[in-house]
Amino acid sequence: MHRASLRELHRELAAKRISAVELARTFLARVERFQPRLNAFITIDAEATLAQARAADERIAHGDARPLTGIPVAHKDLFCAKGWRTTCGSKMLANWIAPYDSHVVERFAAEGAVLLGKTNMDEFAMGSSNETSHFGPVRNPWNVDTVPGGSSGGSASAIAARLAPAATGTDTGGSIRQPASFTGTCGLRPTYGRVSRYGMVAFASSLDQGGPLAKSAEDLAILLDAMAGFDPRDSTCMDRPKADYAGALAGGVKGLTIGLPREYFTKDLAEDVAAPILAAIEALKRLGAKTVEVSLPNQHLCVPVYYVIAPAEASSNLARYDGVRYGHRAAEYADLNDMYSKTRAQGFGAEVKRRIMIGTYVLSHGYYDAYYLQAQRIRRLIARDFTEAFAKCDLIAGPAAPSVAYALGAKKDDPVQMYLDDLYTIPINLAGLPGMSIPCGFGAGGLPVGLQIVGNYWDEARMLAAAHAYQQATDWHTLVPPGFD
Amino acid sequence: MLSRDQVLRIARLARIEVADSEAAALERELNGILDLIGRMSAVDTQGVEPMSHPEDAAQRLREDRVSVEDQREAFQAAAPQVEDGLYLVPKVIE
Repeated sequence: MHRASLRELHRELAAKRISAVELARTFLARVERFQPRLNAFITIDAEATLAQARAADERIAHGDARPLTGIPVAHKDLFCAKGWRTTCGSKMLANWIAPYDSHVVERFAAEGAVLLGKTNMDEFAMGSSNETSHFGPVRNPWNVDTVPGGSSGGSASAIAARLAPAATGTDTGGSIRQPASFTGTCGLRPTYGRVSRYGMVAFASSLDQGGPLAKSAEDLAILLDAMAGFDPRDSTCMDRPKADYAGALAGGVKGLTIGLPREYFTKDLAEDVAAPILAAIEALKRLGAKTVEVSLPNQHLCVPVYYVIAPAEASSNLARYDGVRYGHRAAEYADLNDMYSKTRAQGFGAEVKRRIMIGTYVLSHGYYDAYYLQAQRIRRLIARDFTEAFAKCDLIAGPAAPSVAYALGAKKDDPVQMYLDDLYTIPINLAGLPGMSIPCGFGAGGLPVGLQIVGNYWDEARMLAAAHAYQQATDWHTLVPPGFD
Repeated sequence: MLSRDQVLRIARLARIEVADSEAAALERELNGILDLIGRMSAVDTQGVEPMSHPEDAAQRLREDRVSVEDQREAFQAAAPQVEDGLYLVPKVIE
């Protein structure tokens, strides 16, 4: 049952061959069994999960089985879920119970999905290895001595180990696509403004976007159908019609032109990663796609620009954690300023502090123009590069990460080295485009490699159709890490 | 390059206490990040409009009316210290 697709699970549930409660118990048992090995979850509440499953069974009994009714979904622990602890992987929010539902949680609840638990993540989504979590690192089921990627590492690890049939994540600089690549799972970051950020703990507001992680493109489409849509409570959520993602899956790749950015296939890309990516592109050609070389001349500036804009927005967003209205407060302090400073020194981990300080600096008097405005100007140049590339192609393909998963602790002490690894995912966030990663083979150490597919604005349906066509012809996405089948 | 004093000033602005034992590592790490960011400075961006939203969309305005009910009690239940519906902080004015 844990290897079944969402469509198969739906069929079983609707036909009452299994109940939502049985399904929830199956996955809760797997979570419990593998949690000590993977640490993929921060909060599990079996009673609350089973109560939702019972409600789903009632709904199914009344003949109202929607595609996700009774399906367990694990949420990254930055989506507020009423009554559930929502920690964002931080000591600052370690005991915070969300008093309301995020739009995404609300949408899944409306479909009758069952909340399976809250998944581990890098603290405030700042990290690429899931090692900055206050609740300890997550492990990659393909090799538990390696990282699962981050920041949605808990969700990715849970999908890879088949602890959950579906999960959510957020992607500010690659936090869905890079862990999907490292764990051999599928993850999609939608166009900026496609999924409401309401109730999603904010990191960098002009870059953050929620999206699904799952075993296949087909499952991603079903999940995106539930998540996407207009929400007036997010002022940057766009009011435009949603495509029928699941309905458009059969579109295929025949006749599509796939752009290959010259700047993505350089010495920065490890050979063991390049080989499966190039093989996947050949497979797409056999399925009827054409390829064309495109150029993203400002590619080398993406990481520097991101590490101005994201920390700047983070320093502003995280100013709210001051020990007054919610979250951690220092036990002892001299005065108000001391209370703020001690609360924040104790509540935030090292990476979050670094980013807040960089953000504070680049926004401070005398430096704003040289750093923040300059970064925003180059951001436009980066977005223009993509507009020009998409004049020549329908989709862009390349790697999601420059290497396979690395050993736990390998990059922990060198923030800049870790930042540089985001070179293939960050540009998409800066431009506001949709992107996804799907498994396409294995590299060094038998660890998964992800193919990144980037679409033009609002073109998620076409990306999903291409990925689905690839997955109809290949079986990488069906492989389960040894010991977790 | 940020000096030790500049690092400590930034920390004060960010309201994050830095222990003496942490200052050296922090100085090194922040300078490493600024070195990375510094690659931007050589780019000629004259005449390029700064981009803050991928679609250059303007903030949507809505009618000025009550849209959510009062949930003060639920929200204040999470506060470290409240009294009579007010958040308590250390005394600010002598």
